[in-house]
Order: sequence, then C-alpha cells, then structure tokens
Amino acid sequence: MTAVSKSAPGPGRSAKGSSLAPVSSSRKIKDRLVQGLVYAAFALAIIPLLSVLWTVITNGLARLDADFFAFSMNGVTARDGGGGAYHAIIGTLEQVAIATVISVPVAVLTAVYLIEYGAGSRLAKAISFFVDVMTGIPSIVAGLFVLAMWMLTLQIAPEGSGFAGALALSILMMPTVVRATEEMLKLVPGDLREASYALGVPRWRTICFVVLPTALTGILTGIMLAVARVMGETAPLLLTIFFTKAINFNPFDGPQGSLPTFIWDQVSNPQQTSLDRAWTGALVLILLIMLLNLGARLVARRFKPAAGR
Amino acid sequence: MAKRIEVSGLHAYYGGVHAIDDISMTIEPRSVTAFIGPSGCGKSTFLRTLNRMHEVIPGARVEGKVMLDDEDLYATGVDPVAVRRSVGMVFQRPNPFPTMSIYDNVAAGLKLNGVRRKGQLDEIVEGSLRGANLWNEVKDRLGKPGAGLSGGQQQRLCIARAIAVQPQVLLMDEPCSALDPISTLAIEDLIAKLKDQYTIVIVTHNMQQAARVSDRTAFFNIAGTGKPGKLIEIDDTSKIFTNPEQKATEDYITGRFG
Repeated sequence: MTAVSKSAPGPGRSAKGSSLAPVSSSRKIKDRLVQGLVYAAFALAIIPLLSVLWTVITNGLARLDADFFAFSMNGVTARDGGGGAYHAIIGTLEQVAIATVISVPVAVLTAVYLIEYGAGSRLAKAISFFVDVMTGIPSIVAGLFVLAMWMLTLQIAPEGSGFAGALALSILMMPTVVRATEEMLKLVPGDLREASYALGVPRWRTICFVVLPTALTGILTGIMLAVARVMGETAPLLLTIFFTKAINFNPFDGPQGSLPTFIWDQVSNPQQTSLDRAWTGALVLILLIMLLNLGARLVARRFKPAAGR
Repeated sequence: MAKRIEVSGLHAYYGGVHAIDDISMTIEPRSVTAFIGPSGCGKSTFLRTLNRMHEVIPGARVEGKVMLDDEDLYATGVDPVAVRRSVGMVFQRPNPFPTMSIYDNVAAGLKLNGVRRKGQLDEIVEGSLRGANLWNEVKDRLGKPGAGLSGGQQQRLCIARAIAVQPQVLLMDEPCSALDPISTLAIEDLIAKLKDQYTIVIVTHNMQQAARVSDRTAFFNIAGTGKPGKLIEIDDTSKIFTNPEQKATEDYITGRFG
C-alpha cells in the first residue's frame, strides 16, 4: 500500500521555470562532434580494407581463368605465361582441413573443461594461463617447433610434408578456438543447465545435448575465424611443407604446395607473368576464406536457436 | 505414485554461510504444500535440498535427513541424478531449451535418458502436454521451437517437461512470478489438477496464491541479515491464514511484518 506520492520539484529545471526547455546548443554541438568522430573513425577503418580488396581484385582478375585452377606450376618458369595454383589450392585445403580436425576437438574439450568442470580450480587457472601464452606465440615459432620436434628429432618426414604444416597450423588454431568456445559457453544461461539436471539428466549428457547445441552457432563462428587466420599463414608453412611446384595429393609424404607459399614464391620473381599469378593466388585465397565463411554461416543458421513463432 | 517427504534436522550451507537451520517437516503425498516467507529466508534453498539441486552450486552442502517414503536422499551411495528423476522441479523463469522444438522439449528428459522408441515418446509427450493443459494450444505446431510460445505457455511447457519423466514429487520455485494473472490462473488450475497424482511443493511470494492452491502452508523467517533461515510453523493452510500459532506468522500474513 503506497500512498500517492506528491509531485516533487525535480532538479534540472531551467531558470525560466519551465522543465521542458529545448536542448542546449552546447549539447547539440557536442552531439554533432562525437557523431562526426565516430563516422570518421569508421571511414578510417574501412579505407585499408577497401583498398586491399580493390587492389587484389583488379590485379588478380587478369589470371583468374580456368587454367589457374587446372594446372600446377610444374615445368613453368617465371617468364612463362599460363601455369596455375592447382597444387597450392589442394595443399592449402588439405593442410587446413587436417589442422582443423586436430585442433577443434582438443580446443572445444579444453573449453568445456575450463567452463563446465574446472571453473576456479588451480588446474583450470594454469590451463587458462597457458592458452593465453599460446595465443601470443609468433607463428614462425610454431613452425620452428614442428621442424625441430617432429621433423628433426622424431625424424618423421624430415623432407617436409603437408601434415607437418597442419601440425604447425593446429598449434596456432587451438588457443583461438579455446577462447571463442569459452566465451560462448559462458553465454549459455545457468538456468538451462539446471533445467536439465532437474530432469535427472547427468552432467555429461547435459553438456552434449543442451549446452553445446545452444552455443553451437558461436563456436562455429570462432572456428571459422581461426581457420581464416591460419589459412593465410606463410612462415610456419615455409619451415614445414617446404616447397614444390608439383601436385602432391598425399599430405604425409614429401613437400606440398600451399597458397601462401605460392604467392610468396611468385612475388619473388620480377616478371609480370609471375606477379599476375601472385595476385590471382591472393584473390583465390580471399575467395576461399569467404566461401568457407558463407558455408559456416549456412550451417550455423541450420542449428540456430530459433525464436520464431 | 506420489510419495511422502519427511525432513528431519536439515541444515544447508553455501560455503561458510549457514543458509537454513535445523528444519524438520512432513510433506504429505497427493497434496499441495506452500512455502511462504520474506526474501532470503531460505525457502528456495530448502526446496532445492529436496531434490539435491542445492549441491549443484559450488561449495554448497547439506546436513540432515530427507526421507522419500523410506529412502534417504542423502544416504551414502545415492545418485543425485536418480533423485532428480523422482523429484522434478519447475523454475521461477520459464526455461525451455532454446535449440529444441516443443515436442523435443517435452521429450528431453526421456530422450536424454535413453528412451528412443517413437511410439512410446509420442504417447508420453501427448499425455504430458494434456496433463499440463497445453495440448490443445500446441498440438498443431509440435515441431516449432518452444521459445516461440508465450511466457505462460512456456511455463506450462516446462511443467509438461517435468512431468514427462514421471516423478513422484513436483517442486515449484515461484512458478508464476514471471507471469500475468491469466497465465497464473492457468498454472493454478493445473496445480489443482496435478495434486491428484503428485506430491507438490510450491514456493510463492503471493499469499493469496498460497491460500488458493495449497492444503498446507509452511512459514519461514530469518532473525536478521546474515542469520540462517528457520521454519516458524507449518500447518493446514486454513489454520495458518486464520489462526496461526505464532505471532510472527500472523504479522507476516496480515502485512504487519518488519
């Protein structure tokens, strides 16, 4: 039972006695100023992006032909026209696929441990710290590690292999996916876990069938970002897959091509034919990442928690 | 189906905080027992000790005995997951699983526990939705997401989900506090219907609701902030609301509290 409150004279009344004074001009100016700053910052951020896209598309279109997707560089010298990146596209797809297969399960399970089981424990804190450290590893160090450990110490395919490259890439992917998954799992409301427990569902089933599906869209986005990041990595691949102009389908045996190393190789020649190939390689790499992103979005939409009536 | 709950000497803690102190009571089968009392007095905590949901919170623990007919829920070797299958729970805010359809929400408890036969599931889903007075409203859109229903419908969906696993007892933690009066009425009608089959315990801040739906009422109170919650008295609802034994109960019910 509350009594009807007396209308108290509120603060901020203008001197003229009206509480509905128009917006002061100083506030209008500040509003405009901040708006201008925000738009300017947005323009500044978008300029490099548009410029990169424009350069890559205009320069890359010259060699974006069927040959580029059908032929390798085997027997093609820098001076020759023709040739293509078939070997490099195959290599990149295989290496990134293997890296994803290795890193995603490990990373998602790590995140599940950190959020669902270990929360606050000493082990979880330690793991969390090392994930942060891993995020900061320069990519060439990951390549050096695989070179030193896998190829030189264990002597597995020391002549270079796509798999060694995938190992280096998976080291780079893991921390990104762990962080992204962790953030998404944190967003799943505790209510849902409790609702599931209250139905007599054990914890692991709750995680598999309630928590992970709810977070799936975000986890997929995180994985795609990680894939996009490692797809353009060059340094670790130079140390692990080495270099070849020929098609090699087998990622476990002998050097393999990849788009970043293809671009790096073509740019190092002064001839225009070679430079054209490099630009087209860059364009194809961007298109590939875009396609994968679209694909992931479609998959994510399929699983999205729908709110429609 | 319905079972009697007998609680004796129950204490609950959150880490070092003593949340409820030495509660003993008997909850009769096939009846509705309402818990009333001011916020923070331990009603919800006590409710959650009745299906071992209290211990889901890190650092939380319980001392004392809760007997479900002749089984002690806190005896060593008792699986909390099994306890929760026989003591279901409905929460304050409707919380259907967002990734699942209406059908899958109701079937969730069964599916996640390994029931896969389509015919059996169909039958239980329909039965539970009818039991929750929701069947007629959703029968044409069972495949649509549960999150698309109105708040009141979502809460009845959650009740259907809880009764689909055929528990002995149904605990309700302020099930109507997020709902409008019409939806509240629908839930109260449902409670009256469900008490033929289940033992129902409901926490509510709405005393009229306690008076309307319950057979017995328990009043909880705290001596002050930081002190543990205590059971002041439990009796037939008609007696609590007309002629309570304790002065504190009368003060609370008549609004002279505090």
